[in-house]
Parts: sequence; C-alpha cells; structure tokens
Amino acid sequence: MLEVIDVSKTFPGVRALDHVSFTLNQGEVHALVGENGAGKSTLIKVLTGVYQPDDGELRYQQQKAQFGTPMDAQHAGISTIYQEVNLVPLMSVAHNLFLGREPRNRLGLLDEGRMHREAREILAGYGVTADVRRQLGTLALGEQQMVALARAVMIDAKVVIMDEPTSSLEPREVATLFGVIRDLHSRGIGIIYVSHRLDELYQICDAVTILRDGKVVHTGKLTDLERIRLVSLMLGREMSEVRREGATAFSGAATGDTGAAPVLRASGLTSRTKLHDISFEVRPGEVVGLGGLLGAGRSETIKAIGGAYPLDSGDVQVNGVDLKKPTTVRAVKAGIAVQPEDRKAEGIIAGLSVRENIALAVLPQLSRLGLVSDSKIDAIVEKYMTRLRIKASSPDQLVGDLSGGNQQKVLLARLLATGPKVLLLDEPTRGIDVGAKAEVQSLIDELAAEGLGVVLVSSDAEELIEGADRVVVLRDGVVVGVLTGAEVTTEDLMATIAAGGNA
Amino acid sequence: MTTQVAARPAVNLKGLSQYGVYLAILLLVLYNIFFTPYFLTWSNLRIQLIQVAPIVIVALGMALVIGTEGIDLSVGSVMALAAALIPLYLGYGVVAAIIASVLAGVAVGFINGVLVARVGLQPIVATLALFVGGRGLAVVITHGQLKDVRNPDLIYLGSGDLLGIPVLVWVAAALVLVVAFLVRRTVFGRRLLAIGGNRPATELAGLPVKRVLITVYIVCAVLASIAGLLSVARIQSSDASAVGLLIELSAITAVVVGGTPLTGGRVRVLGTVAGALLMQLVIATMIKHNLQPSTTEMVQAVIILIAVYVARERKTR
Repeated sequence: MLEVIDVSKTFPGVRALDHVSFTLNQGEVHALVGENGAGKSTLIKVLTGVYQPDDGELRYQQQKAQFGTPMDAQHAGISTIYQEVNLVPLMSVAHNLFLGREPRNRLGLLDEGRMHREAREILAGYGVTADVRRQLGTLALGEQQMVALARAVMIDAKVVIMDEPTSSLEPREVATLFGVIRDLHSRGIGIIYVSHRLDELYQICDAVTILRDGKVVHTGKLTDLERIRLVSLMLGREMSEVRREGATAFSGAATGDTGAAPVLRASGLTSRTKLHDISFEVRPGEVVGLGGLLGAGRSETIKAIGGAYPLDSGDVQVNGVDLKKPTTVRAVKAGIAVQPEDRKAEGIIAGLSVRENIALAVLPQLSRLGLVSDSKIDAIVEKYMTRLRIKASSPDQLVGDLSGGNQQKVLLARLLATGPKVLLLDEPTRGIDVGAKAEVQSLIDELAAEGLGVVLVSSDAEELIEGADRVVVLRDGVVVGVLTGAEVTTEDLMATIAAGGNA
Repeated sequence: MTTQVAARPAVNLKGLSQYGVYLAILLLVLYNIFFTPYFLTWSNLRIQLIQVAPIVIVALGMALVIGTEGIDLSVGSVMALAAALIPLYLGYGVVAAIIASVLAGVAVGFINGVLVARVGLQPIVATLALFVGGRGLAVVITHGQLKDVRNPDLIYLGSGDLLGIPVLVWVAAALVLVVAFLVRRTVFGRRLLAIGGNRPATELAGLPVKRVLITVYIVCAVLASIAGLLSVARIQSSDASAVGLLIELSAITAVVVGGTPLTGGRVRVLGTVAGALLMQLVIATMIKHNLQPSTTEMVQAVIILIAVYVARERKTR
C-alpha cells in the first residue's frame, strides 16, 4: 500500500536514512521502532512530505509517489498524529474537528447545528463525551489527542502515522486508543505506529521494522520476534549489557547512609492550591522517588525546591543551611540542580552549541574578570561529553540537532558541571531511547554512589521503584505516604496512591 | 560525496543570510566605482562614514537587545535626551557634558530594563513608553529651542580628525570592537545569547537573568546616548526635536539586514555594521543618481524584505 524503496536522506554531517526500504500493507498495524536518532522521525517526515528523499522512491497504492509538501501527503490520504497535538487550543472541539471542512448551509454560511451534531457522533466513537462546544484547550491531553486522531481519520485517510501517541495518555485512554486502532485496522486502513513502549507494540502491532543508525536492521512479523531479540536488534548489543543491576545495589547504599545528616530538607512546602505542607529529607547517596499520578504536585515540588515555583510558606535547607525563599540563583549556588520535565522548553538552549549549553551555568568559574577562558571550558566540556557519552559530531554542534537522549545528557552535563549536592530529576528518561535510558539510569546510580542526594520523579513505575531507595507518594499536593525498604514495590506504590484516593 | 551535494541548497541559503550583506555591499561599491562620478574620492567616503557612524553605534546596542529576543524603540529619544543635556552642562566642561548625557542613557536603560525584566512587560511596549516620553522630556528641557554649541573640544569630537580619519569614525570603530568583544569573549555576552535562546531554561540554570537583561538595556541606551552626543558635536547644535528622529528604525534595519535573527539567541556584530553601511550606500547611491527619496524608501523596504526572507530559513529547522 505504501512502500519506501531504497530511500536515503542526508543532513549536514549526519546520514539520517541509509538505503531504507519498508512496506506497509493494507490494514496492517506496522510498528516502527529504533533508538532516538535511528531515523524514525526522518522516515516519517519523508513519508509525509516534510522532507524530500535524496535518493530512492516512494510508492503509494502501486504508483510512484512524490509528496512535495505535507499538504500533498494529506490529500493523498496519509495523516499523521504527532506527539504534540497540532490543533487550535482556543477554538471549540467541533471547530477543530472540522477545521477547513466546515459544513455549510444553503447560504454558504457555517451550519453550526450540523457541525455540532456530527462532531458529537464522530467523537462518541472515540470515547470523547465532552461538550463539543468547549474550547479544545480545556480538554485533557488524552481527549485532545483523540480529537486529533478523529480529525486525521476523517480526512479520508488510508494511512495513519502515529508518533508516540500514548506518551501523554492515561491507561484508560490508551485502551480507547487501541479500540480505535483495531477499528481502523478492520476498515483496511494502514497504520504506522511509533512507540518506545514494548507492551503496546506486542498488543497492537502486526509487523515491525527496526531502524538503527539510519538503516533497517530487521523487518517482519512481530509475533515471530522475541522481545529480547527486538531490544537487542534496536540497540545493536546483547541484552545482558543493557539490563540494569537492579534494586539490590541501591538498598545496600541506602542502609549505609541512613545515619548521615540529610543533604536536603524540605519542610512544610505550601503553594496556594498546588502544594500543601510537603516535607521530606534526602540523605547523601540516597535516591528519593516522588510518586503519584499526573497533577499530584511532583513537578511543582521539584521546581519549588529549585526556586522556580513560588512558595507561600515552607523552608528548603541544603546541608542544614536555610535557603530563605529560594530563587533559582540561590538554589544553584546552594548546590541544588534541577532537571525540568520539559526538556525543550525549559532545559536545553537549542540554538546554542553543546559546548555553550554545558558551560552555561558555570561561566563565572570558567572565566577571569568576566572574560571566558576557552581552554577551561573545553576541559570541562570534554570531561562531561566523555563521561556521559554524549554523541555529537563536535562540541560545536547545535544542541537542537541532537537526538532526545543526547539532549538530555547535555542537560545533565550542565547540571553536573555546577557541582551540585542535590540533583532533582523530573522525568529524566522521558522520550529518550532505550539505550540512553539505561545510561541515564546507571548514571543516577553512580552519582548517588558518589554521595549526591537525588530526587527522582518518574511516571514509569518500574523506574521509580528500581531507582529509588525511598518513595514519597503525593496526591493532590499532599504527602499521602512514604515507602521505605521492602515496601518499595510497584504493588505498595499503587496501594498507597489508591489509598490516598480514598482518604 | 553525496553528502556535499545534498547539503548544498541549505548551506547556500544559510550562507546568504550570513554573508549576503557583504556581497551586496561589494556589488554596490563596484557599481558606484564605475557609474557614480567622484564616488572613489576621499571626501565622499569620509561623508559616508561620518553619516553612518551614529547609526552603527545605535545599531550595536539594538543588536544586543535583539539578541535577548527584545527590542528597544527608545534609542532615538535617548539621543534627544543626551542632546538636550549637553548645552546645560557644557558650561562645566566637555567631560561634564559627556557624563551627564551618558548618565541619562544609564537612567533610561535602567527603566527599560526594569520594565522588561522585573515588571515583565513586553519589550516593545516597555520601550514605547520612553520612546514617547523621552523625547517629550528632552523638548521640555530645551524649552523647544535649538541651541548652538560652540565648545571647541566638543566640536573636535564631531568634526575633528585623528590620523586623517574623523574622530567620530574612530569612536564608532572602537565601540564596534568593544561590543564584538563583549559578545564573543565575556560571560555577559554568553549569558545574553542564552537568554535570547531560551529564557526559562536560563533561569532554571541559575543565571541572574534579570540582572543581565537590565544590563543589556543599559548598554543599549548608553550607546544611544553616545550617538546623541556625537550627533550634537557634528551638527554643532542641539535640537531635541530632531536628533535621532526615526533612528530606531534604521538601527533595527541594520541589525536585521546584518543577519541577526529577531528571535534572539544570536548576535552578528560585524553583520550589523555591514547592514548599516549597506543601507547608507543604498541611500547615497540613490541620491547621487537623483532619485526621489520616496524611491529610496521603497528600495530600502525591498532590502529589508530580502533580509528577512533569507533569515527565515533558520527557523524551519
């Protein structure tokens, strides 16, 4: 149905696609997997007319096809749903659904009644029951995504490309999405499904194509492929190397340090409606997890400690010294380093080089009388690029051109360069590939072993459980429980969150 | 080898936005050498340089502000304020007059910076206040009168020569070097670019964002006040209602034509100088060939559009 034959695409310094061939059959759900930087995004962009291939050809419905613009691809029936929803948040749900194809009455005016009625009918099939006259932006992210999906399918799509559609969905919404996918499947629509979540792939996909370093390393039926094989194909190394040491190494380190004075003490953090009297401590070498559902106040807590979220009351102490109304400047000076959840918006500076990004927070230490010293910067950049294994063509490459995993490492390098005592990590492995994920996780281990206090927020329950020595569970801005020692298990975490919900 | 072939179109566009302005200057100079009588005379070049110097000085500050994703509309009013103060303090000597006008720049820059960084106003609105109010104040100070300046030291600044080159041009050149150094080699310069690139990230990284922003607006206004001072020295009179009128537009044009993106995160100092020179050359060429000022303005508009179009490519990746 949609064929990619021997396509190559090169960007300055990077061969993003190297003779890639790939076939999507009618009514097939085809998984497209690979580490970040493997070429998935580029391939999708070639399919949707954002990029033109340098070499090779596309065939669509048995004919040679060329999509000059994303519009051409859409007209041909190829719809794409991106990670971030591409709709107009200030317009109503119905308007978004019919944008550009609004039903009109005989006078050529907008037929609102019909639009709302049809929108309701269509969205009901996607499990969206919200009033279609509401502003789209007021809907939950998952619902917005369903609207985007409905819109994509409505445009008479024959192929739907989904780029990590579940990354911001709750489990219930994922189930609805899968229902919709099965429905599309039965209607003969081809689906290209990109995701980092293996469970989902095995649940919903028929076939799989694995990309690595711009090349296809495997393509075929998914049922024939063992999970462990899939992962090792993706990473290009043996599974045993990837697997982490696990919780055992952690608990040992934690018990050794229980007597030490806390490096970070947050007490009574309160901020209007978001945080209510949150207190906890982190000892050197300890990884404290913050657990809870979306909106429980985990990110706000982290930001408040880092001075980037206003507090009404509460104290933050580092090594017993009170920060007195933390500001970002004071927090960094005191040794608090915050890795924000939204890497692109609040973390990296995409237009600057790897070098500038890493050195950013420590420029005064790397300069004399306000003049920066290139040799000192080079030394520190070299040190962290090696230590964190940052893959970039050179330190002068723009960070915006790196893969997600490498961007995250650059951000971590910037934090580590400040010589922090406490590291606050908000979703450190979100949206990065399996290999970089394992590297970041073992880095957290190492840093804790070196005596840093770490606060870890992760919506990946396994990561939280395996990574943390202790988990502080939040719900609606309140601490509802603390899991320690043997209680740090997925079951206990779920139970605490659930129990909190009843309270 | 395919790598290079594929990369070529992108590189070309990028190259054009970076070096196009130099190419345009070269072409225009060549044209003038062959078709404009007396173009290659020292007295002509001298006039061109003297005329462009204040614009270059103002544009340098503007480039820094634009590098932080801001804009400063008040530069012309700062020039007027500086000009207005000179006759008042010239009695105490030329140094006192210079200090007074530079302090006026510091004050205006501080207000702009505080409005942008602390109050959180949009730069265009914050600086609009002093764009309107600054010149008004300047006219009030001078009682709306044109005052002649007869201090020989000041006149030397405006019309004197040093080693055969106008003092005015020396000052502008020195300031270009200072600003280029500031951007490339100092902590302040790096921070400024980081703020323009991603302000929330820079804040979270623990940088003193507000202090840097306030400093940037002060530097910009001080540069404008120096330009105002030099303008007074050159025309040997202080006219608050005319000095620096509409210069903010020339400065923004020079910055944009020079390849500094309005989206912040990058400052091209030499490009800004070249942008100012190019616009000056265009105007001079038009005048020499007896074209209407209105035609000149339209040509300027076309150049700005081309510059913005070429720079547009950057955002797409």
